Amino acid sequence: MLAFLGKRLLSTLPVVLVVAITVFMIVRLTPGDPAAIIGGNSATSEDLDRIRVQLGLTQPLWTQFLLWAGKVLQGDLGFSFFLNKPVLELIAQRVEPTLSLAVGTLVLAVAIALPLGTLAAWRMGSWLDKAVMAFSVAGFSVPVFVIGYVLIYLLAMKLQWFPVQGYRRMADGLGPWARQLALPCLTLAVTYVALLARVTRAAVSEALTEDYIRTARAKGISERAVLTHHALRNAAVPVVTVIGVSAALLLGGVVVTETVYAIPGLGQLTVDAVLNRDFPVLQGVVLFFALIYVAVNLLVDLSYLALDPRIRY
Amino acid sequence: MNPTTPWTRLLRHGAVRGGAIVLATLALLGLLAPWLGTIDPAAMDASFINVAAGASGAVTLPDGAQVQHTFWMGSDSVGRDIWSRVLYGTRISLMVGGFTAALAVALGCTLGMLAGYFRAADAVLMRVMDGLMAIPAVLLAITLVAMLGATLPTVILAIAVPEVPRVTRLVRALVIGLRDEPFVEAARALATPDATILWRDILPNALAPLIVQGTFIAASAVLTEAILSFLGLGLPSDVPTWGNIMAEGRVLFSQAPGNVLWPALFLVPTVLAINLLGDGLRDVLDPKFSRRA
Repeated sequence: MLAFLGKRLLSTLPVVLVVAITVFMIVRLTPGDPAAIIGGNSATSEDLDRIRVQLGLTQPLWTQFLLWAGKVLQGDLGFSFFLNKPVLELIAQRVEPTLSLAVGTLVLAVAIALPLGTLAAWRMGSWLDKAVMAFSVAGFSVPVFVIGYVLIYLLAMKLQWFPVQGYRRMADGLGPWARQLALPCLTLAVTYVALLARVTRAAVSEALTEDYIRTARAKGISERAVLTHHALRNAAVPVVTVIGVSAALLLGGVVVTETVYAIPGLGQLTVDAVLNRDFPVLQGVVLFFALIYVAVNLLVDLSYLALDPRIRY
Repeated sequence: MNPTTPWTRLLRHGAVRGGAIVLATLALLGLLAPWLGTIDPAAMDASFINVAAGASGAVTLPDGAQVQHTFWMGSDSVGRDIWSRVLYGTRISLMVGGFTAALAVALGCTLGMLAGYFRAADAVLMRVMDGLMAIPAVLLAITLVAMLGATLPTVILAIAVPEVPRVTRLVRALVIGLRDEPFVEAARALATPDATILWRDILPNALAPLIVQGTFIAASAVLTEAILSFLGLGLPSDVPTWGNIMAEGRVLFSQAPGNVLWPALFLVPTVLAINLLGDGLRDVLDPKFSRRA
């Protein structure tokens, strides 16, 4: 187990290295003087000199990379000259809304998709199955921001069930926080439900053909228990795998959803950073999101142990 | 399996036919845009700001000429005709979808064949692909556009790059499955150059799943381009793309939801049609390959 953990952690190193090199190259591959790019439009010539020294621009590229990577490891992601703050601080301020949205979406999507997919597999070919399959194609074809505006129009403006836009901090009370977050989560969950329902249906329908299902039914167990305890339990590994792989999809969706609902999270920080050509912030956000992706997939691999006792590392 | 050719099976498949008809219609609308009651999509007339759908009047064009024009979908907040912009936007979306798919498949195919066929290249290439996959596609595309500037070719490149790892993985797996087949060994025994083996013996066997994958890439490319434009990070806002029209309409959404919803009425069927086409192609060409994630 520990050996597995060590090996698995080691295997993320190349991924992290490639991500780090990519992020480092963002500034180097952009045409123009790296110091001017990092300093942004408002940088003075003293700023530029300071940046040149910091980056070691006269040294070879790989030395510059090591310098940069060493700082990143110490938590120094650079400095936003546009917002006049360290990048790490900016990211820390914006993490709560973004993670709330991402986790809320995931919980909502799993809560909707698992029962839908299981029922569709249980009654394959029924109207419900056809509806789920049609939804899973459609859900993949409608962009998040269109879903967002349609839901705002119908549920927030016409029916007034939800507030239209904005975000409330968790510290202001869980009630207002959840109420404000419900519509964005629902918006982003549509694509995710489409994906997860499809995978759940495939995995459960495969499990339902197994001998142990026949045995369970022969014992006289209720159909409900057969589905939840035997079929769904055995479908858990593929479903969780897809959750891990599509974490990147979720994080990308968060960026867009935040813009639609005016949520002051990392997505908005990204968009503002690009508009202001604030490259250190852009680098920081890309690195942060990629590390989340790597961490999620690490957790997914570990969760196999709990989900399927047959798996031993 | 019925003893018909793939071509006739394709034509008989409902999803393929439906998707192809919708796409052909859209392509025609885009091509024939100048003759379908449109004016210059960049023309702004200050006397027609935010007019309702169906309003008409004499519009002054940039060259000073006046034409009688009906705003079938209303106008935006600087007095441009939404119908004209949406129709011309069809061209951009279809071009981005097609070229992105072609580029991503070409790049992924090359890298995948290298990784699958040459064991020395495999480890390094695949680690690079793993690293690229760790960055959310939208974010990577945003970053690339920020670096390279927003023109049609750079937007296409920026959307294609995040799709490359998936194609590479697919092709690599196919090549590894094929490289020890007797017909490849036979070619190698005849001292056929590696490049020829890859091109002549291996590529044709990987074509069906590649076409399917390319179709799905086209669908997501159309979406990603719309997202980039919508965020204000894609093609410049005067270029008529569906995302740009929506971004412009976003500010006045509560008073005039139409400016966001009209382009969506084109965007959603486009992506749906490409996805249906992809599902159908997969059924017909490649029954074994049924995963898309």
